[in-house]
Amino acid sequence: MTTVDQPREPALSSERGLSRSYARPRRTPLTWVRGGGLAAFLFLVPLLFVFGAFSWYPIVRTAIMAFQHTNLVEAPTWVGFQNFAAVWHDPLFRVAVKNTAYFALLALLFGYPIPLMAAVLMSEVRKRRGVYSVLAFLPVVIPPVVGVLLWKTFYDASSLGVFNTILHWVGLGPYPWLQSQQWAMPSLVLYSTWANAGATIIIYLAALIGVNPELYEAASVDGAGVLRKVWHITLPQIRGVLLVTLILQIIGTAQVFLEPYLFTSGGPNNATLTVLLLIYNYAFANSLGGNYGLATALSLMLAGFLVVFSLVYLRATRSWSTR
Amino acid sequence: MKSTRLAMIVVAVVVLGVGASSAAGSTRAAKKNVTISVASLIPGSTPEAIKQFNAQVAEFEKKNPTIKVKPVEYQWTAPTFAAKLAAGTLPTVFEVPFTDARTLGDRGQLANLTPYFKKLPYHKKYNKAVLAEGTDAKGQIIALPKGAYAQALHYNRALFKQAGLNPNKPPTTWAQIRKDARIISQKTGKPGYVEMAKNDNTAGWILTSVVYSLGGRMEKGTGTHAKATLNNKYTVKALNMLKAMRWTDNSMGSNFDLGWSDINQAFAAGQVGMYISGSDVYTNLVQAYNVNSSIYGLTTVPLAKNAKAGVLGGGTLAAVRPKVNKVQLSAAMKWISFFYEQPLVSKKQAIRNAKTLVANHQPVGVPALPLFNKKQYNLANKWIKPYINVPLGHMKPFLNGIFKQKLIPEPAASTQSVYNALNAVVESVLTNQNTNVGQMLQQANAQAQAAIKQGS
Repeated sequence: MTTVDQPREPALSSERGLSRSYARPRRTPLTWVRGGGLAAFLFLVPLLFVFGAFSWYPIVRTAIMAFQHTNLVEAPTWVGFQNFAAVWHDPLFRVAVKNTAYFALLALLFGYPIPLMAAVLMSEVRKRRGVYSVLAFLPVVIPPVVGVLLWKTFYDASSLGVFNTILHWVGLGPYPWLQSQQWAMPSLVLYSTWANAGATIIIYLAALIGVNPELYEAASVDGAGVLRKVWHITLPQIRGVLLVTLILQIIGTAQVFLEPYLFTSGGPNNATLTVLLLIYNYAFANSLGGNYGLATALSLMLAGFLVVFSLVYLRATRSWSTR
Repeated sequence: MKSTRLAMIVVAVVVLGVGASSAAGSTRAAKKNVTISVASLIPGSTPEAIKQFNAQVAEFEKKNPTIKVKPVEYQWTAPTFAAKLAAGTLPTVFEVPFTDARTLGDRGQLANLTPYFKKLPYHKKYNKAVLAEGTDAKGQIIALPKGAYAQALHYNRALFKQAGLNPNKPPTTWAQIRKDARIISQKTGKPGYVEMAKNDNTAGWILTSVVYSLGGRMEKGTGTHAKATLNNKYTVKALNMLKAMRWTDNSMGSNFDLGWSDINQAFAAGQVGMYISGSDVYTNLVQAYNVNSSIYGLTTVPLAKNAKAGVLGGGTLAAVRPKVNKVQLSAAMKWISFFYEQPLVSKKQAIRNAKTLVANHQPVGVPALPLFNKKQYNLANKWIKPYINVPLGHMKPFLNGIFKQKLIPEPAASTQSVYNALNAVVESVLTNQNTNVGQMLQQANAQAQAAIKQGS
């Protein structure tokens, strides 16, 4: 029998032979310590503590609180899925979802291609590339609150506002910017693009360095212009990075909070109320203590949506990104 | 035998030692310093205002050597208060508006001050209506009044003059306010009338004030059974008036997201013709924005010829965090009495306080409503008369008229939620010409009613 079986699994037989010759020594606590296990564990402990205390514990508490009614002072009571139902039936929930989707769409239309175009142009520049990189990255290092205060003066709706003054020179305006239900959201997207484009430009510039220059030379020999080179070489070569920045942008815009909170507090007439701002309002808008159950329930709903969306996105784009 | 004797000596030494150390400990405990944090000034106050506050702290610490006072910058706003309340990061002594104290007290979120209150020599002199704002459902005193205000119309005398209007004859009807606002706007290029319209509940607060002045009310009844009446005819009238001033007259400027601090800042900078806020706002205008007193004018909010028309009144109370020990609570009460109450009931303290304020160029004599009985109120005003440095002449229209007006408290049930429901309506009227006032008010009413029912 053995002679019959042997030819069927030659490799396995050979491995078994090896494992017999070099059998692993028995693992004991002492060998674990000597092998560096204890040191590795000790290095891990602070990380586990920090993550546990500041990430995992709040997540677990959030999940529990979503099923409770609590004001963080009196004893909480379990309310099952009532908080989720209340959020679902809140008219402001639909407004917030619609506004967040609108912000994401505008940010995708303007905020996504602009850094890419800027990075491509900057990669083509031969002189003072560092200066352009610094200029592009500068808004990222300006504290957001400072940036918002600065832009609030730009957005002054009177004819003396910075933007309105500039536009007046070319015969336009004055525009109401943040003081109009129609204009407020695009104004936030404009600021957001300015504030965040620098970080994405740096990522794209790093990705562009990895593109083989011979490809461009070959394309030039074939008579391709700049646009054809970008379309046929640059974009396919950095598609992996493009897909990652796209999903990051979508996740980021779904969680937009800072801009509406600091610029408009969600106004006028809830025109810039986003999902995250609604969560904040549920928790803190009422001075007598917020509805933390509703806030955590909506947080879980948003997290659930983003997880599902990310999985679908990664699955849908897997073949394209690894081709 | 020897060893037994030795053991007895050791035991005796230990016992005596412990006794001596505990005696020393108790002596130390009596002299032990207690630290309390107290709400001081709002962020961004001028160096003079801070100096004046620190002088008061130094005086208190001198009088109470066992107590250390740590001033903490403080400004009550609905969102920051809720967050600090939940996080337990409020100072030991903090301030809350009339609208919130009773609910917070009923929920056990404020310390019970009753035993200490009864020891105050002046506790029987309080204005009963004001003291009721700091009394919970069990009859416990959970906060003591800091100040009470009536809504008033603040106006820029310089802009009135510039527009050809008489600053000594401010408007006395809403029709005049509208007309003057239009003239100021046309003649000076500055907004004639501005309203707080931020969705931090100030928009709802001011709209409610205007509705009161026309004769309307935002709710009927009290507690969770109260009926929301936000969509009453006076609210519609007030919003339509606002709409006309904004879109027809174009007399309200172009920025409609001003909150309490923003509008004070804009006024002090000479950018606002008229606005409604509490009668005691002059203190903030000086402390935070160094307003030029020559431009400041104060008058009453015009009341419609309607038996129910009145002026909205409110105020602020000083309260103590519930989770403090007895020593801290006692120290906190001493501070409340020293800082908030004694300047109104003790001649010596009133004069000393006024002198400190004057020395640091801070206002003395800002119009406020009486916290104690009328006799005490008049007496306190008499004590500080030589030190009054606010432009009383510019405040005459208010001082002559306010005690003739009917004072109406803020909506009792779910006050902040009622204001919150109104925020969007005000914002919409000022930013969208085609706002359907009736429809929006119906939505706001439903929102407020739901909040009242939940007691939130």
